[in-house]
Amino acid sequence: MKGEVLGDLGLHMAAADNVVTAIEDLTAGDEIPYDGRVVELREDVPFGHKVALVALSPGDTIVKYGEPIAAATDHIEAGEWVHTHNAESKRGRGDVAATEEVA
Amino acid sequence: MHTFRGYPRSSGPPGVRNYVAVIPTSVATAAIADEIADRTGSNVRSTPHQMGADPPDGAREQIERTLVGVGTNPNVGAAVVVGLGTERIGIDDVADEIAAADRDVETISVREVGGTTAAVGAGVERASTLWAAIEDLQRTECDASELRFGVECGGSDATSGIAANPAVGAACDRLVRDGGTATFSETPEFIGAEHILAERCVDEDLRERLLQRVDLRESMAELMGVDLRGAQPSPGNQEGGLTTIEEKSLGAISKGGTTPIRGLVEYAEKLPVGGGLVLMDTPGYDVESVVGKVAGGAQVIAFTTGRGSTTGNPLAPVIKVTGNPKTAERLANNMDVDASTVIDGESLDAVGERIYETLLSVASGERTAAEVRRLEEFAINELQPNELADIREAT
Repeated sequence: MKGEVLGDLGLHMAAADNVVTAIEDLTAGDEIPYDGRVVELREDVPFGHKVALVALSPGDTIVKYGEPIAAATDHIEAGEWVHTHNAESKRGRGDVAATEEVA
Repeated sequence: MHTFRGYPRSSGPPGVRNYVAVIPTSVATAAIADEIADRTGSNVRSTPHQMGADPPDGAREQIERTLVGVGTNPNVGAAVVVGLGTERIGIDDVADEIAAADRDVETISVREVGGTTAAVGAGVERASTLWAAIEDLQRTECDASELRFGVECGGSDATSGIAANPAVGAACDRLVRDGGTATFSETPEFIGAEHILAERCVDEDLRERLLQRVDLRESMAELMGVDLRGAQPSPGNQEGGLTTIEEKSLGAISKGGTTPIRGLVEYAEKLPVGGGLVLMDTPGYDVESVVGKVAGGAQVIAFTTGRGSTTGNPLAPVIKVTGNPKTAERLANNMDVDASTVIDGESLDAVGERIYETLLSVASGERTAAEVRRLEEFAINELQPNELADIREAT
């Protein structure tokens, strides 16, 4: 597997990533060692889903595979689940283009 | 050097299967083609589809290219082309092009032969005769460099980009090293990863064409004033942990491996033999995308799935690879390679080796899970009006 497994719980695919992918069904309170500290899960996160390793603000770029995959749409704390409820795509956004045309 | 045991063809690379294809030229004869194949035997395979009798220019060319490509795939030794008689894609046009690849071909026009019952009867008779002429063909030792290997993903989840796709990519790297052709497609799933693919293109012209194709796919969503988020990633992808198209794409492109990108072909356009890694511009719908590659000449497909797709193809064996441990267990009967071992620590290289060995043994006759269960999906991509407008603008 490419990347580094953190505490047998998460896969950190590239050094620049600010999220980690759960490789088990994770439970609130689980501790993921990262960068000399411990990130404590604030909620349950299912297998394959992402956990923030650092605090993020709306508009911040979410990085996985060492590449931008989304922008945060809300404040996200370290240890929170990152998914469609607090992050969104920046690509293929015909809805945004349509709004800009109207404005 | 790696080899497999394939069926030699007098024209083009060897097949890994030896079938008579029964090809309807429109939806009107899809059921008749099925009936002919079912009644004749398991080595006679139909390719039913939903295309109408009178598709617009542009769309028609792509459909015809697909039908001819299917009939000249190395796995096809002979073909029967069936039409109602009203189609703008004539049975003789398709048959002539298939015959040009040195295949025996028969045609049936439902109107001329006297209706559907007579068409089925004539079809069974002609398919039986065609089969009798190729059934004694023996497998011989063939070089792996003669393989065109199509790779596809469907029902992706977070494990696809971590395990199954990079493991299949490692198998593609092996085939390319042995002189063969590997191909992947689904242009919408390059969005967000196109800069990585562009860097790997062998020349500037190819790089520009690739970026232009990705722009076209992305602008289709913008043209309609909608965003991709509802469909890409799909609800199933999202449940599996994929949040955005960028994330899905970055995982998807790893199934092609790491070698330079040497070409970009159209949907169902003939793939080069000994061509290295080549892209095909297809939609993201996996069944249509697989058919595009089979029409392009791919003899074997590897299909990665996280959530558990069971799809197959009537003419090319489809090797199912999953990186999801739950899917590997629950859908064990529908999977051929368990790549979820990557998550437990097996190296991608070792799993890539297993997939490459599976490719060679399937090419030599070993049946895949989808073949054993006769799971055969077939659909042709029909260009939509906005795509046709884009093509006219670009040319």
